Amino acid sequence: MQTSHAMAEVPGPAPQALDYLNADYGIRSWLFTIDHKRIAILYLLMITIMFVVGGVFAAAVRLELLTPQGDAFEADTYNKLFTMHGIVMIFFFLIPSIPAVLGNFCLPLMIGARDLAFPRINLLSWYVYMVGAVFGTFAIVAGGVDTGWTFYTPYSTTASQTNVIPAVLAGFIVGFSTILTGLNFIVTVHKMRAPGMTWFRMPLFVWAIYATSLIQMLATPVLAITLLLLVLERGLHIGIFDPALGGDPVLFQHMFWFYSHPAVYIMILPSMGVVSEIVTCFSRKQIFGYTFVAFSSLGIAVIGFLVWGHHLFVSGQSAYAGMLFSLLSFLVAIPSAIKVFNWTATLYKGKISWDTPMLYVFGFIGLFTIGGLTGLFLAALGLDVHLTDTYFVVAHFHYIMVGGAIMGYLGGLHYWWPKITGRLYPEFWAKIAAVNIFIGFNLTFFPQFLLGYLGMPRRYHAYPEEFQVLNVLSTGGAPVLGVGYLLPMVYLIWSMRYGPRASANPWRATGLEWTTPSPPTTHNFEEVPVVTQDAYDYPAMEKKVA
Amino acid sequence: MSKLLFFLPEQASSVAGPVDLFFFFMVAVSVFFSALIAVLLVFFAIRYHQSGAATAPAAGVVVGPEPEHAHAQGAMLLEIVWTVIPLGLVLVMFAWSTSLYFTLVRPPADAVAMYAVGKQWMWKFQHPEGQREINELHVPLGQAVKLTMSSEDVIHSFFVPAFRVKQDVVPGRYTQVWFRPTRVGRYHLFCAEYCGTQHSGMIGWVEVMKPEDYQAWLSGAAGGAPRQTLAQAGEQLFTERACVTCHPESGEGRGPSLGGLPGAAVTLEGGGTVVADDGYLRESILNPAAKIVAGFQPLMPTFQGQLSEEQLVQLLAYIKSLGVKPAAEAPAPPATKD
Ligand code: HEC
Ligand code: HEM
Ligand SMILES: [Cu+2]
Ligand SMILES: [Cu+2]
Repeated sequence: MQTSHAMAEVPGPAPQALDYLNADYGIRSWLFTIDHKRIAILYLLMITIMFVVGGVFAAAVRLELLTPQGDAFEADTYNKLFTMHGIVMIFFFLIPSIPAVLGNFCLPLMIGARDLAFPRINLLSWYVYMVGAVFGTFAIVAGGVDTGWTFYTPYSTTASQTNVIPAVLAGFIVGFSTILTGLNFIVTVHKMRAPGMTWFRMPLFVWAIYATSLIQMLATPVLAITLLLLVLERGLHIGIFDPALGGDPVLFQHMFWFYSHPAVYIMILPSMGVVSEIVTCFSRKQIFGYTFVAFSSLGIAVIGFLVWGHHLFVSGQSAYAGMLFSLLSFLVAIPSAIKVFNWTATLYKGKISWDTPMLYVFGFIGLFTIGGLTGLFLAALGLDVHLTDTYFVVAHFHYIMVGGAIMGYLGGLHYWWPKITGRLYPEFWAKIAAVNIFIGFNLTFFPQFLLGYLGMPRRYHAYPEEFQVLNVLSTGGAPVLGVGYLLPMVYLIWSMRYGPRASANPWRATGLEWTTPSPPTTHNFEEVPVVTQDAYDYPAMEKKVA
Repeated sequence: MSKLLFFLPEQASSVAGPVDLFFFFMVAVSVFFSALIAVLLVFFAIRYHQSGAATAPAAGVVVGPEPEHAHAQGAMLLEIVWTVIPLGLVLVMFAWSTSLYFTLVRPPADAVAMYAVGKQWMWKFQHPEGQREINELHVPLGQAVKLTMSSEDVIHSFFVPAFRVKQDVVPGRYTQVWFRPTRVGRYHLFCAEYCGTQHSGMIGWVEVMKPEDYQAWLSGAAGGAPRQTLAQAGEQLFTERACVTCHPESGEGRGPSLGGLPGAAVTLEGGGTVVADDGYLRESILNPAAKIVAGFQPLMPTFQGQLSEEQLVQLLAYIKSLGVKPAAEAPAPPATKD
């Protein structure tokens, strides 16, 4: 940390000041970096690769579902495709996406810190992720795995003939990366805030990442234990879940969802944080109901731990347990609704510009609203009986995870892109892509709600003919969506070289990250900033202009 | 209705209508709130649009009427309103859907018992009259049917969209589902819980027949009536497997008499009672040491792995047929096979 002075003294003809990107060159300077910003880039690289891999699996799944017969792939191949799609997208893309990339990059900048509390642990967590990725890749290359991302027993412990253990270990290991990152963020938020950065001056993105980290630290160990027990039963025939060995298969579902329901909030909360940043900046207003938005994140984090049983409404759990889980699931929707209302209210009388990040936010709010509302359909006991394990559930969680979480991620990526790379992306193409994604997404996933109510079960390789029309519509939307995702990959990479240079604060945004140069220097702040204002003091900023 | 709304599966059971009604209520609430948010978003986005407000260089930006710091009290009122209204709504949803659920899971008293076994990748059914079917279940119109289900391997799920019912079929235990068909026809039966290679091939039909057609079907219109009813098959097993040596109907064997057992409260060795439901009977046969009946020795051998799921169901049917008062029942002559 002392080296910031040394850096300023580095002589050089380059007209451009040193920043974290050009401070050092060569592969080793990346692989051994402990700079949170470079580690964020390492993650960005990996999760982008994972997104492409997961996307290829998804394309194959949609291709198979174009026709009722199982003709494009063998049944076993199809089962592996959707399993690996889920594992890659959830464990290797979506869970790390915003926290490990945008959180890593922005969190220290946003609270006025020079790095995370434990920079080396930060690097370690990337390597742990990589080890997990190696196991995952091995599971795929060795022939794949076919249990579904949920690994339900006793299928996964006794019946499946595929590489269950490597795949499970991949999830187990990558979980530790998540735990380490969460730990790092929590300590950083507690210990490293700049003078004057009180809890209630923190940007809501920091609150969201903080709440997410709490869940990661508390829930992920349960996943680790669950997966380990699974390995013990499959590898050593110790009876835990298999009734033939005296175990209880439904116990696995309880343990799995005790982690995985909170995990769905690991995926969405950070996105909600991004939305709060963007919606204020592009309407030039203070967020409406700051404390409500902040505490709703914590509310979601807490209640989110108590609703796992809503995944087991038809699995044979008692009707009274089901009742309780249903009630709590209804309650957890309230903080989400509060957020949506507050964001919408923030727009009122704002000065709204339609830059790309804002377009993603509009998309997010719309799609998340639908995803959340259909969550209520599933929280309703009497209706979930019909809907569970059908395409309705598939549509629900894609509206939230793809329509919501990924929209937020892309919005954030565009918003902070000038800060991350020092370059502006081409606004025209970015807008086209955002609209393209919105349209492609709805074409792909809306028909699945209807399919679900009609009764088409999920994870079906072949299906009766009456479901074909809707499946064709859904498969037809997929390439549109695919193009939408390819566009940013192309123009963002292009902009790293050819994009116009970005100023320190191209969006005229509040927030400490915008007081640093774009891209920031290795140690972020020459002098530790002192914070004197609340977050999002856009009204003051606008006044200054006038 | 289902002709008009192409996403509505046929309504062929007594609960289909009520479930759909609740579904439409949910759709209405959702459409209202989605539309509300969408309209506000679009309206605000256009009404307050100011191109370049965030990107334009600082100078020259026209500043409109100063966006007021939200009036604290008004804001608080809004927060309360948009917390309390959704809260009230979800409580209504909860109450409605929960009462619906209890209708869905509580079989009516007049339900006839049938049995299903799921295995990779087929459905096997047994009727009380002894008929067995694979991937096809015939049921009479208007008659409530209670299916007791078990699995031979992994978890499956019994799903008939036209009936709006679904229940997982879990190895090692019994689960139950009931329905009252209200329309003659053939309806899809799906396995809804992923169970391996042919999961999507684990489908079949439920055929709802007019009662008279069903009677005809039972008495063999389709290939001869079975030799034995389910209970008779169980009785034969009861003798073959020597259960009868320890459980004679006289009640004077080494094991307790099983007459009148199903549904009764059993006092256990070491205190405590347990209701003798299907799960208890299953456990008593497969894992007798788990719960010992008060006043008896733990000497019943385990039958784990020696009885198929279907045979277990036959034994259950037989035990249930023993009725309430064992002593009064005339001893049926044992089936004549060794
Ligand atoms: C060697 C004697 C013996 C044989 C053979 C035997 N049982 Fe038992 N059974 C017992 C005894 C003793 C008990 C009571 C102690 C206990 O709970 O295990 C019992 C208990 C039961 C119970 C629970 C009764 C209650 O009142 O709660 C059931 C049901 C049962 N047996 C069914 C069977 C069936 C079906 C078979 C044949 C497949 C069978 N038994 C074979 C000795 C036997
Ligand atoms: C608004 C509050 C929400 C409610 C009330 C809700 C409710 C539910 C319910 C009841 C289920 C179980 C459905 C079933 O299996 O029958 C479910 C499934 C699911 N939800 Fe949500 N949900 C909400 C938000 C979210 C969020 C925020 C995410 C993710 C970011 C999410 C992701 C998922 C996933 C992945 C599944 C399915 C998992 C699987 O079976 O593979 N949900 N939801
Ligand atoms: Cu959940
Ligand atoms: Cu199945």
